[in-house]
Amino acid sequence: MGEEVVKKPKRKERMPMPEQDPKVRATNFEEVPLGYTPEMAIEEAIRCAQCKVPACVCGCPVNINIPAFILEIAEGNFAAAARKIKETNALPAVCGRVCPQESQCEEQCVYNRMGRAICIGRLERFAADYERENDLVEIPEKPAQNGKRIAVVGSGPSGLTVAGDLILLGYEVTIFEAFHKPGGVLMYGIPEFRLPKDIVEAEVNYLVQLGVKIDYNTIVGKSIKVDELIEQGYDAVFIGVGAGLPKFLGLPGENLGGVLSANEYLTRSNLMKAYRFPEYDTPIITGNRVCVIGGGNVAMDSARTAVRLGADTYIVYRRAREQMPARSEEIHHAEEEGVKMMLLTNPEEILGDENNMVRAMKCIKMELGEPDESGRSRPVPIAGSEHEIEFDVVINAIGANANPLLTKSTPGLELNKWGYVVADEYGKTTKDKVWAGGDIVTGMATVIEAMGAGRMAAMDIHEKVMGVPKNKDPSPEALPDDMECALPSGKQP
Amino acid sequence: MYEIISMKELVPSIFEAIVKAPEMAKKAKAGEFLIVMADEKGERIPLTIADYDREAGTITIVFMTIGTSTYKLAKMKAGDSYYALVGPLGHASEVKDYGTVICVAGGVGTAPIYPIARAMKEAGNKIITIQGARTKDLIFWEEMMASVSDEHIIMTDDGTYGRKGLVTEPLKEILERDGDGIGIIYAIGPIPMMKFSALTSKPFGNLTMVSLNSIMVDGTGMCGGCRCNVGEETKFTCVDGPEFDGHKVDWGLLMDRQRIYLDQEKEALDKYMKEVE
Repeated sequence: MGEEVVKKPKRKERMPMPEQDPKVRATNFEEVPLGYTPEMAIEEAIRCAQCKVPACVCGCPVNINIPAFILEIAEGNFAAAARKIKETNALPAVCGRVCPQESQCEEQCVYNRMGRAICIGRLERFAADYERENDLVEIPEKPAQNGKRIAVVGSGPSGLTVAGDLILLGYEVTIFEAFHKPGGVLMYGIPEFRLPKDIVEAEVNYLVQLGVKIDYNTIVGKSIKVDELIEQGYDAVFIGVGAGLPKFLGLPGENLGGVLSANEYLTRSNLMKAYRFPEYDTPIITGNRVCVIGGGNVAMDSARTAVRLGADTYIVYRRAREQMPARSEEIHHAEEEGVKMMLLTNPEEILGDENNMVRAMKCIKMELGEPDESGRSRPVPIAGSEHEIEFDVVINAIGANANPLLTKSTPGLELNKWGYVVADEYGKTTKDKVWAGGDIVTGMATVIEAMGAGRMAAMDIHEKVMGVPKNKDPSPEALPDDMECALPSGKQP
Repeated sequence: MYEIISMKELVPSIFEAIVKAPEMAKKAKAGEFLIVMADEKGERIPLTIADYDREAGTITIVFMTIGTSTYKLAKMKAGDSYYALVGPLGHASEVKDYGTVICVAGGVGTAPIYPIARAMKEAGNKIITIQGARTKDLIFWEEMMASVSDEHIIMTDDGTYGRKGLVTEPLKEILERDGDGIGIIYAIGPIPMMKFSALTSKPFGNLTMVSLNSIMVDGTGMCGGCRCNVGEETKFTCVDGPEFDGHKVDWGLLMDRQRIYLDQEKEALDKYMKEVE
C-alpha cells in the first residue's frame, strides 16, 4: 500500500480531528473531539471537488448546500460558511456533532468510494463553532409578519426545525416544552462529552432571537390540550414530542433498586447535571460494576457516562458486534475509554440483595442463527450456558415506546398499533390543523431525520396555511447553476 | 416564573406555600400532583397538590423538610419564585358518590387528602376522617379537615391530643362496626402508615386507595424511575398513578426503592446545611 502512494500523485486523506486522549477523557465530561483549527478546516475544504451535481446534498435530510459552505471555508470565509448552512439548518453546531454523516451526506460523496469522503460533518461543526465562538452570529432581518400563529409541541430536533423554518417565513411561533430547558433529546439524552449543553442553548437562543417563543414547563396533553391550542387560534399545531416511554425487557427483578432506564440515567446526568452532584442537587447511582443492556447509540452514551462516573462498565448485547445499531465511531470511542463488550449474551434475570438492590444478572450465551425479519442473524440461546455476572447497576438501553400522554388526550389523531402518530410524508396527521414528525411518528430515529421531518412539515404547513406551494424534494439537478466548481485558483484538489 | 404568594410553617418542619400558577389552578383536580424545582441547580421533586383556588389562580403545596430540596423550598419566602413548576400531573382521584368515604391522613398526608375529602363531600359522600400525627404539635389543618368531615377522629402516637394510638385502630373499629357501609378508603401519609392502613382494611375487602410519592425525574412517563409493583404488574407512579389499590402495592419494594439515593441525599444535605450556616 505504501509503495502505491509513492508512485501515484498523492491524494489527500480525510483530515482527522484531534481528540482528547482516551485515558484522560474517561475521567471528565469535556467534549471528546476537539474540532478543527482554521488551517485544518481549509486544508480539508479544498479537497472538495465542488461537484456540479452534488450528491452529498441529496444525502442530507435538510438539503444543506454543502459545496457552497465548503467553498466559503476553503476561501477562509468561516462565518459566511455558517450563514450558508443556516439558510437550511438552524442547528449546525449540533448536526455537525451528532449526525451520522457516514450514512448520509458523506456516504454520497464522490470520494467515498475511495474511503476519502470529505469530512462534511467536521467542517459543518467548524463553521458553526467559529461563528459562535468569535461572536460573529448575525440575526437575519425579521421577515414581514403574515399574522399566522403556529404551536410547536416539544423543543427537540423536529420542533426546533419547524420553528426555525416558519419564523423565517413570517409566522408567529410558540414552542411548548415540558422540561425547564430546551432541546429535548439534545439536552436530556445526548451527553455533554458528545454535545455540550451550552452549544444546544446557544443554537436555541439563535431561534429565540429570530422571534421564536418558548413556553417551558408546559406539558401539552396535561397542562394544555391540543384542542385547546386550536381553540386559542393557532393556525397549525406541530407535534414533535419524541418517543418517550422507556422499554424494559420484562425480566424478573427489573424493578430492583439500581436497575434503571437509559432515559432516567441520562436525564439525571445530562439535563439535571447529576454528574456534577452535589454541586447540582440531583443524585445519580455511580455503581462499581455497571451493565448497560443494548447495542445502540443510547447504550454507548450510557456506558460512556458510567465510565466517567468511575464504574467498571460492560455492555451486554445479545447479537454480535457487527449487528450493533450504534455508529461505529461511538462503539470505537466507548471501547477506547474502557467499556467492555459482552457480546452474544442475553440477560435472563436480575438478582437482588436483601435490600432489593441489584447484585448480579443471570445471562445466557447466544449464537447466531438464520436471519430474522430485520435481516440480521437471529441470536439463538445456547442451552446450558446460563451464568451469573456481578453488577450493582443495570441500565436498560433497548429502545422506547410511544408516550401516550399527548396522543391519548387528542381526539381525532389516528395512531398506529404501536401508538405512534399516523402521518403522511409531510407529517400531516388525520387531525385538522395538526402535523407531527420525529420519533413520535417513526419510532426512535436520528436527530437529523427528525429535523428532516420538521422541514417537510414546515413546507406543508406553509402551503396549507398560506397557500405557498412547496418545493418538492430538491434534487441535485434542481440546485442553482452557480454551484459550478469555483475554487480559488491553485487550490484545486 | 412561579411566584410564592404566601409561605408559612404550619407546624415544626411542615410548610405551606401558596404559589401563583393560574393555568395549573384552572385545571387542578384532587389527587393530582405537580413537580417543583426550587432553583436552577435543584432537583425535580413531585408533590401532591394540597389545594387550589381557581379564582385567585393559586396552587397550595405542603411539604415536610427531609432533604436538600425540601429545605431549599422551606427557605424560600413570599415574593420569591420557583425555578420550575409543572403540572397538574397524574390521574385525579375518582370522585363519585360512594356512600361513605374514610379518609385516613398520616402526618403531612393531611395536605393531599384534604382536597380529596372536600371533593368527595361535594359529591354527596359521608366523610369519616382519621387524622393522625406523632404528637399534638404536629397536627395541622384540623379545622379545614373538620369542615369537610362528618366524623373527625384525631389520633396522636403519644396521646397528647385526641385519642392515643395509631390511625389503624379506629380504622379497624369502624370497619368492624360497619365495613359494608364503607364505599372506599383513602389512606395517605408515610409509607408505613399507608401500608398498615391497607393491611388493616384488607381482611374487610374495602377498596383502599393510597397515593404514592415515588422518586421521579420528569413526571411524564419518560424515565421510569417511579416504577412500582402493583399486583403482578409494573406501574409508573407518574402516569399510571399516583393513586393505587393499597392492597396490591408491593410495599417492601416501594420502601427499598425510596432508599436508593439515601447516601447521596445525606451527602447533599450535609453540604447544604454547611452552606446555609
